Amino acid sequence: MKSNSLVSISDYGKEEILEILDLAAKFEANPNQKILDGKIVATLFFEPSTRTRLSFETAANRLGARIIGFSDAATSSSSKGETLNDTIKIVSNYADVIVMRHFIEGAARYASEITQTPIVNAGDGANQHPSQTLLDLYSIRKTQGRLDNLNIYMVGDLKYGRTVHSLIHAMYHFNPTFHFIAPDELKMPEEYKQFCRQHNIKYTESTELEGHFDDADILYMTRVQRERFQDLMEYERVKDVYCLRNSMLDNTKPNLRILHPLPRVNEIDMDVDSNEKAYYFQQAQNGLYVRQAILTKVLGLNL
Amino acid sequence: MEKEMKVAALCNGTVIDHIPAEQLFTVVEILDLKHCSGQITIGNNLDSQKMGSKGIIKISDRFLDESEANKIALIAPHAKINIIRNYEVVEKRNITLPEEINGIVHCPNPKCITNNQPVTTRFHVITYKDGIRLRCHYCEKEVEQNNIKIN
Repeated sequence: MKSNSLVSISDYGKEEILEILDLAAKFEANPNQKILDGKIVATLFFEPSTRTRLSFETAANRLGARIIGFSDAATSSSSKGETLNDTIKIVSNYADVIVMRHFIEGAARYASEITQTPIVNAGDGANQHPSQTLLDLYSIRKTQGRLDNLNIYMVGDLKYGRTVHSLIHAMYHFNPTFHFIAPDELKMPEEYKQFCRQHNIKYTESTELEGHFDDADILYMTRVQRERFQDLMEYERVKDVYCLRNSMLDNTKPNLRILHPLPRVNEIDMDVDSNEKAYYFQQAQNGLYVRQAILTKVLGLNL
Repeated sequence: MEKEMKVAALCNGTVIDHIPAEQLFTVVEILDLKHCSGQITIGNNLDSQKMGSKGIIKISDRFLDESEANKIALIAPHAKINIIRNYEVVEKRNITLPEEINGIVHCPNPKCITNNQPVTTRFHVITYKDGIRLRCHYCEKEVEQNNIKIN
């Protein structure tokens, strides 16, 4: 079954990505537009994710939609052993669009194949989280005035961090130069470097952060998680090396902006927050406008 | 000097020759020969000038179509498939890797939906400069050709 679902960032080509960003800019200028009046948005969170759910639900509310759903699989019938197939078919009878988050990878793709109701993937395990990618792109374009020819540094957990993987796929339309900075344990996987080579995207790799990003336009920080390390002494060593401090920003370009998908732990020192180059809180706010744009587009509507 | 016939000749059906010996029983599985009621001759570890040792399967009164033949392309890309009628080879089929592979390959990602819910596996064949990989349609993880496991 073919639908308007948004499961993976690769579902959208360059034109569709730009369409979402333009639509999001209109919502930022005027967030309260009741174009989903009378529509029902289902938010099915088989795994809790408070920030993403609140962002989608706020987006739906600002568009005038009503919301049904659950925020934890324990309160849904999947805890009784119901298959995803059955849950999706039932909810499709009620809702005009389904926003779903699931711990199983590929769950959203599968859901999009068994219903005509558009599915918006709000995260499927370590796989895809396209609304995050689109809000990253929106934040990059808003702060740099363009998406083309940017110098993008990615720092931290590049092995498991799905946001950086999706960003590589999305930025490929815009001739970026990537710089991957990570400890050996958390290096960018070969498959994404191969993607870069295949598409003639320039990239460098390094294990050192301090003093190595002065030509950056975007510094994309990610969380280095303790549970990813087999050797905890290695974690203790690494966690401070990949911590960004205000003093490290002295020689950076004026247009540099620091992004982070949040939540952060200690990879960005609080003393960076007051620097005008810190952009992660505004980035999260941009998610609201982008999600308004996504809900509008998957329902085939426009402003 | 005439070569000794180790495997009986076939009147009508399909001969699959030059199967790597270690893949023979996987081919048997992929073609679901367990549920085939006709006569089947299976030979393995036969001497081969080209391959060292090889496997061969002869299936009476069954004529593999293109999609069935392509199923074995992943594990035996150099196998030869001949269609036999009245002891004569009437058709040689070339094996080509399909763009999409459904239900044969196992996804190695334990968190993939195909390993957690009753969902049939589906892979896209991706050609890179240095070889072929399969990308899971659902979890989007890529599998290198030499890591492919058959369901």
